[in-house]
Amino acid sequence: MNYYLKRTARIPLTILAVLTLTFGLIRLLPGGPFTQLRIQLIRQGMPVEQVNARIAELQSIQPNAPLWQQYLDYVIAAVQLDLGQSISLNQPVIEVIAGALPWTVFLVVTSTVLMFVFGILLGAVQAYWEGSSFDRFTSSGSILLMSIPYYIFAVVGLFYLAYQFQLFPTGNAVARSVETGFTWEFFSSVLYHAVLPIAAFTIGGIGSTALNMRSNSIQVLGEEYVEVARLRGLTDSRIATKYVAQNAVLPLYTGLLLLIGFRLGGTVVLEEIFSYPGLGYYLIEAVNANDYPLMMGCFLVITATLVVAVYIADLTYGLIDPRISAGESDGY
Amino acid sequence: MATEADSSGSSDSVDWRSESSSVEMTREERLADLYRRWVREPFVIAWSDLRTRVGLLLVVGYLAMGAVAVLGLWRTPQPNQGPRLLQPFENMAYPLGTTNSGVDLLALIIESTPFILLMVLAGGVWATTLAVLVGTVSGYKGGSVDNAIMSVTDFVMAIPGLPLVIVLAISISPENPIVLGVVLTINYWAGLGRSIRSQVLSIREADYVEASRTMGTSVPRIIGKDVLPNIMPYVMVNFVLAARYTIFASVGLYFIGVLPYTGQNWGVTLNNAYSNGALFNPAASHWLLVPMVAIIGLSFALILVSQGMDRIFNPRVRTRLTGESESTDEETTTGGTF
Repeated sequence: MNYYLKRTARIPLTILAVLTLTFGLIRLLPGGPFTQLRIQLIRQGMPVEQVNARIAELQSIQPNAPLWQQYLDYVIAAVQLDLGQSISLNQPVIEVIAGALPWTVFLVVTSTVLMFVFGILLGAVQAYWEGSSFDRFTSSGSILLMSIPYYIFAVVGLFYLAYQFQLFPTGNAVARSVETGFTWEFFSSVLYHAVLPIAAFTIGGIGSTALNMRSNSIQVLGEEYVEVARLRGLTDSRIATKYVAQNAVLPLYTGLLLLIGFRLGGTVVLEEIFSYPGLGYYLIEAVNANDYPLMMGCFLVITATLVVAVYIADLTYGLIDPRISAGESDGY
Repeated sequence: MATEADSSGSSDSVDWRSESSSVEMTREERLADLYRRWVREPFVIAWSDLRTRVGLLLVVGYLAMGAVAVLGLWRTPQPNQGPRLLQPFENMAYPLGTTNSGVDLLALIIESTPFILLMVLAGGVWATTLAVLVGTVSGYKGGSVDNAIMSVTDFVMAIPGLPLVIVLAISISPENPIVLGVVLTINYWAGLGRSIRSQVLSIREADYVEASRTMGTSVPRIIGKDVLPNIMPYVMVNFVLAARYTIFASVGLYFIGVLPYTGQNWGVTLNNAYSNGALFNPAASHWLLVPMVAIIGLSFALILVSQGMDRIFNPRVRTRLTGESESTDEETTTGGTF
């Protein structure tokens, strides 16, 4: 079967598997998240049928139906984008998520792109001047950057730049007074509010990207085909871009798939620190409020976003590496 | 110290690779050999590099802190044991200062160390062991075994780590450091397993693996004897990275207050400082900074050690130690500084 076709077919399968996982977590864990709510409602003197109806409405399943029926209901509802009703916000989960998702994607995409650009440039320059004092200085800097978690940049930035010097806002994605729309005011406010979170999320990643790029480039510079290219009299810029850069970036690009995963997960801490209203922020809000429908909804959508992001990265991989093969390895 | 070991290492000029062919060694000789190959040589190589030396010293420092906590050599953290919000290095009875309720910060940091170290070790061991198992079996066996294992791996990889840990933490409330280490890296193995697999794919085409296969050697033996030694450097480096991930993730999640806790640890200290307004109050900023320094120090140490690990497993560096190839000497100049 065609590689792309196969790869595309895997998306709904993965999402179904994750749906099954969230269903299992809600339903099968000891105690179950709705037990608490049920006890609470019954204690308030609500009749049992009414309690059941309320819970069914919250999670779009019938609590007394057989398990397979509950599972089917859950999956069908989720496919129709009905993720239940948020308990704490009293709003459909899907509405909360629709408002939050763009912010998270904006944060992750911008900072990942920035991290890649800066890291690759730095690593390439380091490799070119390998052993120079610039190389030594930036390499040790990169090692230090690698050992600092991004939320420390976030907290330190918030402490000095937002609270002490009041240069940046301390929370939210956009100023309250600004209305959403295609106006300069809106976009500048969004950028202004995003500077600190994006910077915190980017700086830490530059170190490891640069170190990886540096060692890949040094390795490529020693390869025979680079020597051959020189002997053929190709221009330096052609050798640098076509031969060295392309082959050194390739392994980094493969790692990108993994990286997106970690970074999407990482927004949970980042958004919480900056009160940035993305998926991670609502996930923590839901956790703190015992709001299981919202919690599972956020978890599901973060996962779905990751699946799609990895899919895009996977497809574009072929554009950089023409050798991509979907051939099966033979078994022993 | 390094020079002494160096000269004795080169005085017996037996190549360490050829030793398996030399017959009849007494048990003592074999033990001495094992010691030399696995303890002294790696140590000498590691020690010769400034980065690794600093890293190892830092790790020893953290282990010592753990020992101090286990043996109870420093006071246990308690409210009102010192003045409130004392700045660091002002009063040497409380070197790192105190919190707003007068708890000695140094005592807090020391008491958390065994917990953190255990958790980091558990996370690293779990993630790398599983990844090696998955990567080698799937890469070497290929075919339908590979397909089956990789489908599972891809699914696990598709779940973002921290949100999964948060959801799991609510249902199983991991308070034991070892359980917590495993929960935090619950799906970390997948990505690592995948990259180990791609390395194994190229190793399995090598001549000596082909030879073992035609001789009818069993699959576990081929994986153990031929494949594993080749990926060991990569695995060790990634063990350290997994350990670092465990620290980052746990502290981050404690910080935002989603992991359950009973005792103190660096993340909880950060969280307490944060929620008590250390962010707005410059007089309390050391309360935030002290646990941060503890975290950065440990991950810095781990990364430095991982950089040195690369050299320990690099066969070219090893042969130089036995005094065989002098020609690669100029290499040390670039690697030795940082």
